Amino acid sequence: MNDYQITLDNISKSFSNRLVFKNLSYQFEPKKIYGISGKNGSGKTTLLKLISGVLTPTKGKIRHTYQNKIINQENAFQHIGFVAPYLILYDEFSAIENFNLLSKIKGKYFDLEYCKGLLTRLELYERRNEPLKNFSSGMKQRVKLLFALLNNPSVLILDEPTTNLDKQGKEIFTELIKIQKNKIIVIASNDSSEITMCNNILNIEEFTK
Amino acid sequence: MYVILCLCDLVAKNMIKAFYIFVKDWKSEMRTRYAFNSQILFILITITIVSISVSTDISNAMTCGLYWLVIFFAAMSGLSRTFVTEEERGTILTLQLNASSTVIFSGKLLFNLFLLIISNIIITLSFALFLKLFIISNFLIFLLTFILGSIGIASTATIISAIISKTNTRGSLFTILSFPLVLPLIIVLIDLTNLLSENIQIHQVVNQLVILISYDVIVITASFLLFDFIWKD
Repeated sequence: MNDYQITLDNISKSFSNRLVFKNLSYQFEPKKIYGISGKNGSGKTTLLKLISGVLTPTKGKIRHTYQNKIINQENAFQHIGFVAPYLILYDEFSAIENFNLLSKIKGKYFDLEYCKGLLTRLELYERRNEPLKNFSSGMKQRVKLLFALLNNPSVLILDEPTTNLDKQGKEIFTELIKIQKNKIIVIASNDSSEITMCNNILNIEEFTK
Repeated sequence: MYVILCLCDLVAKNMIKAFYIFVKDWKSEMRTRYAFNSQILFILITITIVSISVSTDISNAMTCGLYWLVIFFAAMSGLSRTFVTEEERGTILTLQLNASSTVIFSGKLLFNLFLLIISNIIITLSFALFLKLFIISNFLIFLLTFILGSIGIASTATIISAIISKTNTRGSLFTILSFPLVLPLIIVLIDLTNLLSENIQIHQVVNQLVILISYDVIVITASFLLFDFIWKD
């Protein structure tokens, strides 16, 4: 049972003098898929980075709780899987080397068999030992999806997750998301096929003025 | 007692994670040779020029000055890469999503220290081989000077590398920012190494060693406190 919750408590974010959004309050609960919509530059990515603890809000608080215990924002990354086109893995390493090293850096157990299963599902198994620099952008996106699912995180944050994926890749992505149980899934996108998967939509533009 | 045990456990876990950042950086370095090649080339060229141009009547003080000068610039040529490559390749976010800032700084410091110690050993052996006036009378004091100096330079270089990775003029800024911070350390290191030409004992250089230890502790503590502000936003 996943009791993970994320609460955005009246948060605002600005860079220098540019306000991105203000007074945003929201609650993310398990077993739901949340969509974040808004035009380009409206702050979708900024919100995802704030939730994952990479950025800190200018005002307000973000609370991560697990089984009613507050998790330090500094350690929130332990519970989060993140996919984004701008997330770059180490391309001198193979997919397995990336997963092995990054799992150990994160302090998580690296389950090679589970990883091989996901590589097979994402049709990357044959090239598992090849450096990522030889991969196409679509294959790299599949690797990132696998990377996010690897440690079975409580929260999946997906920023335009099907970017660069072909039709088959998009189908595999949809299948993999549907079988995720008890997770908080947050998808930021302008792609209608991704947004239709979501139960709740948060329109970021409502908080930009 | 329980709190101390928990704290030790946390430190041990973080050190293991930091070690894996070091492993990742070392494996990456062995494949890409971003820092290592430039450092080795700098050392080879400098030692060759110094050994050809310096005459035999050069003073010991000057030899010690040259020794730490070569170490400083070798460090400047390689150690800035540690955060700059992450920024240039766009892998900063990957690191941020997998480790706390304390773990990242510890891992990067470990890697820079290891790289600096390797290059410093090469520089020391080259100086001992090619410059006759590079005299070390007390090996223990030299070893302490060498280790404390390496820790000081590596920790300063690591935090400055983190600062400059966020700027546009990385190359020049690294040396400009490092020089005033490392200068007090270099002065003491030159002084200590110069004293080693005479037959001195450890009790005669306690003050210098205390300065080196204090410098290292202050820089490392300040770096850990500041790193979170540099790393985020």
